[in-house]
Amino acid sequence: MTQLALVIDLNVCVGCHACVTSCKEWNTSGIAGSMSDDNPYAKDPTGTFFNRVQTFEVGEYPHTETVHFPKSCLHCEDPPCVPVCPTGASYKRAEDGIVLVDYDKCIGCKYCAWACPYGAREIDEHQKVMKKCTLCVDRIYDQELPAAERKPACVMACPTSARLFGDIHDPASEVSQAIRDSGGYALMPEWGTQPANHYLPRRKTEIRIHKDELERVDNPLKIDGQLPQPAVNDPALDDVTSW
Amino acid sequence: MRTGYSAIADEWVPIKPGTDGALLLALCHEIVQRGLYDREFLAQYTNAGYLVKQNEAGDDFGLIACDESLEEKIPHYRHNQLWWDRLTDRAVVNHAAGADPYLLGEFKLADGTPVKPAFQLLRDRLDEYTPEWAAEITGIPAATIRRLAYEMGITARDQTIELPIAWTDSWGREHASVTGNPVAFHAMRGLAAHSNGFHTIRTLAILMSLLGTIDRPGGFRHKAPFPRAIPPLAKTPNSPDAVQPDTPLAGLALGWPASPDDLFVDGAGKAVRIDKAFSWEYPLAVHGMMHNVITNAWRGDPYTIDTLMIFMANMAWNSAMNACDTRRMLADKHQDGPMRGEYKIPFLIVCDAFQSEMTAFADLVLPDTTYLERHDVMSMLDRPISEFEGPVDAVRIPVVPPKGECKPFQEVLIELAGRLRFPAFVATDAQGQTRRKFRDYPDFIVNYETEPGSGIGFLAGWRGKGGEKFMVGEPNPRQWEMYAKNNCVFQHPLPPSYQYMRNWNQGYHEWASRTRLRRYADPIVIHLYSEVLQTFRLAAQGKGRDTKRPPPELRERIATYFDPLPFYYAPLEAQASDGHQYPLNAITQRPMAMYHSWDSQNAWLRQIHSHNFLYVSPLTARQQGIEDGGWMWVESMHGKVRCMCRYSEAVEPGTVWTWNAIGKAQGAWRLTPDANESQQGFLLNHLIADELPADTRGQRVSNSDPVTGQAGWYDVRVRIYRAADGEPRVTSPQFAPAAPAPGTRETVRKWLAFVAGKGEFK
Repeated sequence: MTQLALVIDLNVCVGCHACVTSCKEWNTSGIAGSMSDDNPYAKDPTGTFFNRVQTFEVGEYPHTETVHFPKSCLHCEDPPCVPVCPTGASYKRAEDGIVLVDYDKCIGCKYCAWACPYGAREIDEHQKVMKKCTLCVDRIYDQELPAAERKPACVMACPTSARLFGDIHDPASEVSQAIRDSGGYALMPEWGTQPANHYLPRRKTEIRIHKDELERVDNPLKIDGQLPQPAVNDPALDDVTSW
Repeated sequence: MRTGYSAIADEWVPIKPGTDGALLLALCHEIVQRGLYDREFLAQYTNAGYLVKQNEAGDDFGLIACDESLEEKIPHYRHNQLWWDRLTDRAVVNHAAGADPYLLGEFKLADGTPVKPAFQLLRDRLDEYTPEWAAEITGIPAATIRRLAYEMGITARDQTIELPIAWTDSWGREHASVTGNPVAFHAMRGLAAHSNGFHTIRTLAILMSLLGTIDRPGGFRHKAPFPRAIPPLAKTPNSPDAVQPDTPLAGLALGWPASPDDLFVDGAGKAVRIDKAFSWEYPLAVHGMMHNVITNAWRGDPYTIDTLMIFMANMAWNSAMNACDTRRMLADKHQDGPMRGEYKIPFLIVCDAFQSEMTAFADLVLPDTTYLERHDVMSMLDRPISEFEGPVDAVRIPVVPPKGECKPFQEVLIELAGRLRFPAFVATDAQGQTRRKFRDYPDFIVNYETEPGSGIGFLAGWRGKGGEKFMVGEPNPRQWEMYAKNNCVFQHPLPPSYQYMRNWNQGYHEWASRTRLRRYADPIVIHLYSEVLQTFRLAAQGKGRDTKRPPPELRERIATYFDPLPFYYAPLEAQASDGHQYPLNAITQRPMAMYHSWDSQNAWLRQIHSHNFLYVSPLTARQQGIEDGGWMWVESMHGKVRCMCRYSEAVEPGTVWTWNAIGKAQGAWRLTPDANESQQGFLLNHLIADELPADTRGQRVSNSDPVTGQAGWYDVRVRIYRAADGEPRVTSPQFAPAAPAPGTRETVRKWLAFVAGKGEFK
């Protein structure tokens, strides 16, 4: 059984928000749109985004990490938003595991948003329906797009390739391999929701310097006569030691 | 601070702003002391082994000794500099067959002139720049500086990359492979935009050269049209005679002075350009000094002007270092004399795609288009998008029609040039009538050549009558079509043997010369020691070959900063500030979600950053009783700003910072007067000045690097304190709201939902 998901590498996300705006650009005009904005040019602008980047600091100066954390619907394998829906509008697709909302059935009651422990759902205040990430379901199967572009808009946009997309149930997929190799983890596993999306943690590369690497046979100062050998006739231990 | 790219770094090394030069000098010190430098690279590919004259009293002190008996094949660039050959212990011309230069030592030429290799002078210079010295200045522990130097040096020496790519160097020696070392550096305005930025970036270039990481695998790679000669050939005029009515300027507007005689000054040594670029005040101002223009024009120094035309520069706000003063100067009138009551800058034309803070000051606004509505080129003549593998350039083709009366600025310029009968923009027909030569911008781009018949134009791809040529070739009437068919990009991958060591790669130079990227095919030897800078210093000391000499009041400045070797000095603004009263550095960064200030009023982008905070270390903020999210003042010797504080552990405690250009003036950018941008957002520019405090003679000088004129954006010193409880919860300063521009809607939409194909552009 296929479970499509995003794997987001926090080791390379620089927080540029290209995924945020390209998501909105694609989806506001797609099957999940529109995505409205209130007070667009006035005080306290607010609007619908399927993907947001949160930035937070970890640790105290100077041992501080600044983490840019992109967050969207995690397409849980056991999504708490689905059983609470009174109309059956929220559903999980059997064929690819994508969690979707059928706007024709949604009555905007927000039960699903209360049930979602990740805050991934966004009510559209004007259409009065609940919206969220669809994994760009209207891109990824579109035969009119070149095969290389049948990916979510956020994945296409990421300049540092921090976002991977694929089937986490296929052990040979790029995403499964990344989760295995780089310590991929799911958010709040204690809730038992089994989020499909995973995050790859910060990884540190360190250089160890060994003392002998600094004592160099190839020291170029020797060539310029800066580390001269003592003259043969200079006093030596040989001359005075008889044991 | 730790944001953006430093956020994902394996190691963050916090440093005090403006002290990067000290860190880099200490790294160089360690690498040289420890013998971790790449001697072969320095000897063969830099001027490390060139002999520098040490005859202190001489007119040519500090210049490089040459073999004058050898004929110079290339004007402008000498290649007959001397080495002291280690094997035969005598002076030889550089790269003489079988020779290997001493990089250290001191020698005497046949005529008795004492000389030292450039590398010896560099080593002498670096002597005092110990990690302990740098630790005091930068705030980075000496042990960390040492470790960084060792990591760089050992990696460069021991992790050699070797690619099986044969190539031939400029001296005809064949190499079976290309080697390199995996150490690369990336720096931009964080290092450069200080009044000591030139020597900082120069030190970085020297550090890269010491490690041998220039255009080698793993290191800093060139992109066409680089590498260019040192200094590049392009020159501005060097006399006011070059400026004549109804006559094209005899030279380029921007160029690269190679010695004092190339400066664009009059007989008295005064600046010819309004911005004083290429004058004794800012001799190597290769980007011009736009940040000086308004102040200079207002003051009438070097002269007054009647018209100022501004394109896409928000000088009444975030593009000016001194936004408040600039706003005052733009509206200032003569108080007395014959011009009484007239504006000091009489006529102001502003071309912008948006109703920025600047348009409010304009006599004439020319509404520009955005990128989506016009043709553009990313040209080989300017800043192409080349890759390491070879030249790349690109075009933009409009995807939506311009709105209203908007017209691309490039069309405006071509229209003006045609109407003003600029020679390059008019043609004479059979009847002897002149007519404009270019129909529009796309026509200009296709048909313009740098000189008649040169075959060099804006775009390198699909040249020649049928598009069969590249780099050089006659204009191709179907060039735009061919770019459009190729995704708007032209790319010419070079053969692998031309992709590395391009400063000294014979094959590459032959190719670059054939395709006219370069005039000459000579090697581009890296200047560890800058003879160009020394010629300016000599002129300041009344010596040298050049006839131009700095005016007396600038001699000391030129002699100090035109040091042929890198050195460290505290930023000029910091030197002029009271360090006790203003103990903190204040800097800005551009938010990655925005492109400059353009578009940051966009309905989606302003939800990402609708206002900005001042980021302050909790240690620093608590000392002043400032709460997280609380209101505070930040004050420099030039001005003060009220803003909101955000505690951050990701900032060096002696530094405060904020996002640039999020704050906007009330009513600008078609945002409502109560928009967060003007009420909670702020501009740090109000704390910065475009000029340093006047010296004892009342002489004022730009707050810029004395060598290049690069604006010292990040040099300001500040103090912070808590805002009083009764103060308004709004940022300060505030400005009277700009009136809505004619033709803009009276009402503001309460909400919107964009759906492609359903709006104005179906």
